[in-house]
Amino acid sequence: MVNWHRLANPTSFLKWSRRVLPWASVTTVILLAAGLYLSLFVAPPDYQQGETVRIMFVHVPSAWMALFTYAVMAGASATGLIWKSPLSHLTAKAAAPIGASFTLLALVTGALWGQPMWGTWWVWDARLTSVLILFFLYLGYIALWEAIDDYTRAAKSTAILALVGVVNIPIIKFSVDWWNTLHQPASVLRMDGPSIHPSLLVPLLVMGGAFTGYFIVVLLIRLEREILARQAQVLRRAQLRS
Amino acid sequence: MTRRRRRLYFIASSMVMLGIAAALILNAFQENLVFFHSPSEIAEKGISGERRFRLGGLVEENSVVKGDDSVTISFRVTDTAASVPVRYRGLLPDLFREGQGVVADGSLDEDGTFIATEILAKHDEAYMPPEVAAALKKAGQWQGE
Repeated sequence: MVNWHRLANPTSFLKWSRRVLPWASVTTVILLAAGLYLSLFVAPPDYQQGETVRIMFVHVPSAWMALFTYAVMAGASATGLIWKSPLSHLTAKAAAPIGASFTLLALVTGALWGQPMWGTWWVWDARLTSVLILFFLYLGYIALWEAIDDYTRAAKSTAILALVGVVNIPIIKFSVDWWNTLHQPASVLRMDGPSIHPSLLVPLLVMGGAFTGYFIVVLLIRLEREILARQAQVLRRAQLRS
Repeated sequence: MTRRRRRLYFIASSMVMLGIAAALILNAFQENLVFFHSPSEIAEKGISGERRFRLGGLVEENSVVKGDDSVTISFRVTDTAASVPVRYRGLLPDLFREGQGVVADGSLDEDGTFIATEILAKHDEAYMPPEVAAALKKAGQWQGE
């Protein structure tokens, strides 16, 4: 069993993270290879979209991870503000660029699919617009960390920004149900079961697993780097003072 | 009450208030957040004249008529309760067909025909291989249009 409390301590976290990282990386590579093979060679074309349906195998996991990463970032920010646990703010900081990348990937693959299927790259409907806002929230969050020099103040301000942005998450998820949009409603995470055939659903779920693994690997690497940078900064301060 | 407790309650109550504020704002802007209007809504609200808006619904079965110049097309958009005639000149997206969802941008002319300047196809949330779609249709289990 993992002792979660001990992981809040930077030194024991680093030890744990270095042990987990190789396993997480290998799992991710295997899942990604399997996922890409299934999506590109095994999955059948769709009855209406034809081969264009394959864009979904990248688009949908990116969109899931864009939301999931934000949830991780906001959760870490909240724990940082409430319990002042040392790694929380650094976790949120390390997650933000990963989330921004997933969001951009979802927007770009969505546009590439929209052009042949809908007949347009972009429309200002509720789903597309709220995801674009998510992308700007990520960028704003990253910029705010850079703009404030003092660590404690930066951690607090960015955490508040991350928490305010949480309102956007249910709006993105339910935009397709609350308002009529050009974007189709959910096919997988819906009340009455997936409306997507198993031959297309399985590759999608494997890709979802691969994206999640990729997120964990990159988060661990980035967090390690953030911890070391922070420790170096604290040491330099102490040296200057003595 | 410990300081941690106080911080927890403060953040939790702020989040609740933020949520309520967002819900109220979105509710107030309901009308501006919808991407298109259905034929029934147009009949109800009596939209007419020059106002540009988007019309959305299904392309009615057996309603598509190609004009003599082969770039003008007319069809009816229906939400099964009401329908609106549409005329359009230009290229159509791949997914445009009878029984399929469509969103048209344009305005109504004097005799109630919607003159579209842009046609977008709307895709639904069903994904399946062609053989499965064919088998469903054959078995009379087809849920789609």
